Amino acid sequence: MTEPLLHIDGLYKAFGALQATDGVTLTLLPGEIHALIGPNGAGKSTLIKQIAGGVTPDAGRVWFKGQDVTALSTQARAQAGLGRTFQISSLAMEATVLQNAVLGALGRAGSVWRFLRPVMRDAALVAQAQAALERVGLADHAATRTAELSHGQRRLLEVAVALTLKPHAFVMDEPMAGLGASGSKRMTTFLDGLRREAPILLVEHDMDAVFALADRISVLVYGKIIATGTADEIRADPLVRTAYLGEEDVA
Amino acid sequence: MRRETILNAVLYLAMPVAAALAFAMDEPFLITLITRAAIFALAAVGLNLALGLGGLVSLGHAAFFGIGGYAMGILAHHAQTYSPMIDSWIVIEGTKSMPVIWLVAIVTSALTALAIGALSLRTSGVYFIMITLAFGQMFYYFAISWPAYGGEDGLSIYVRNSFPGLNTLDPMQFFVLVFVILSAVLWWMGRLARAPFGLALSAARQNAERVETVGLGPFRLRLVAFVISGAVTGLAGALFADLNRFVSPTMFSWQMSGEFIVFIVLGGVGRLFGPVAGAMLFVLLEYLLSPLSEFWLIYVGAILLVVVLFARGGLIGSLAGREVAHD
Repeated sequence: MTEPLLHIDGLYKAFGALQATDGVTLTLLPGEIHALIGPNGAGKSTLIKQIAGGVTPDAGRVWFKGQDVTALSTQARAQAGLGRTFQISSLAMEATVLQNAVLGALGRAGSVWRFLRPVMRDAALVAQAQAALERVGLADHAATRTAELSHGQRRLLEVAVALTLKPHAFVMDEPMAGLGASGSKRMTTFLDGLRREAPILLVEHDMDAVFALADRISVLVYGKIIATGTADEIRADPLVRTAYLGEEDVA
Repeated sequence: MRRETILNAVLYLAMPVAAALAFAMDEPFLITLITRAAIFALAAVGLNLALGLGGLVSLGHAAFFGIGGYAMGILAHHAQTYSPMIDSWIVIEGTKSMPVIWLVAIVTSALTALAIGALSLRTSGVYFIMITLAFGQMFYYFAISWPAYGGEDGLSIYVRNSFPGLNTLDPMQFFVLVFVILSAVLWWMGRLARAPFGLALSAARQNAERVETVGLGPFRLRLVAFVISGAVTGLAGALFADLNRFVSPTMFSWQMSGEFIVFIVLGGVGRLFGPVAGAMLFVLLEYLLSPLSEFWLIYVGAILLVVVLFARGGLIGSLAGREVAHD
């Protein structure tokens, strides 16, 4: 078996009496899309924050590229090559679309301690940013203020900013949300190709997308992973049927 | 050309034009008044980097203003009394040289900003405001109770400090000196806002999570902004002390910090020329209204209220429209 890029090993996290993460272990292998699904309140967002930074687990380890990143800040994990997109778009709203993408390129280059030359005239950074915008289909909106983008366009920009980091792995929290049917389809095609560049840990509610894309699916219920397997295995799993998919929905 | 650019040019030229007119009319008091506005503008331009671009509402910038003032006062005091400042294994003399005083003012206020920032930037929102206020007041009470340099009465400096090739006691020449410094700082702040650092700092204000996610540290960005901001306000403090040839603890008072914020809010938060517009308006109001009533600040308060309620972008915002994103 290939070495996993991301290895989450026995994570526990409680908020008071609520056990949000209850012994979660999962891996992300090179070249795969590993989908994480579960009903609302299953603890997906808390788990994502422990992986990408922001919430420190009570117990357990997060390994990224063979390195223990459990104690590292969000910032350090990003520098190590973890690209993340948020469930609720997290962007500099007053800045233009291009500026948001340039910020990503700037973060990757690490050349932020410059105080004189205009950043938007830095040809290398702007080229990287524009290339990322083109890939998600936002190139026409480069000069638009981010606040004026539609909800779906913001999701695309989130992905574009993550692309500028040229990460070694992606952690994406509901990139399809708000995209609509055609947008969702385009994003599905895009992510399908993206996995060859870097594997994706994908949290998603859009089941069509999940079953179309995921090499493996893990089902999180009440902070526990109750099943991991291929799309067919998950569909057939009786535990998943009762806990999550709802028996009557499964043909 | 953008309307804001034109407005900035008008504001920028207003000061030297007004000074030239005052010079032609032989009104040195007016030149001094304009110089005062320029120095206040410089202090607020410094604060605007932290407050406008960085979103750090510091109610303690008087600390840096006062440190700059006392850097001037202490150095000049030792020079005029011919007593060395430090007289032990190493002897440090006072000085009347402006460039040296400015350098000392910049370095000491930057170091102080580094210490204050390192502690207070761990908090945010109201706590940040309160902590910076507390630091400012600490300096205020220290200055009051430190008898070596005049305590509550402050320090008088008899002759304005010197700058090579200029007669600094001449109001016009001193104004030109201040105006050149203000211009240089404004030029730099304009560049800074568009530089990589400016983009990252402004993004950290809008969304700290976003900045972390691309691998940048909001804390360090803010700390560097706070240090530069404090250093600029410190330089303004040294100039202010030289303008008045007098330093007193009121330079450290929280009212002073409040006034800097008022300049920025009046003129336009985060706008390059916002503090300039605000400081000019404030000094103008002070000049026009203070003879009418002892309580002239009430009118300023009313104007501030109108600006906050009806013209969110301040003077510049209401005249030049909402800010368009850079480039």
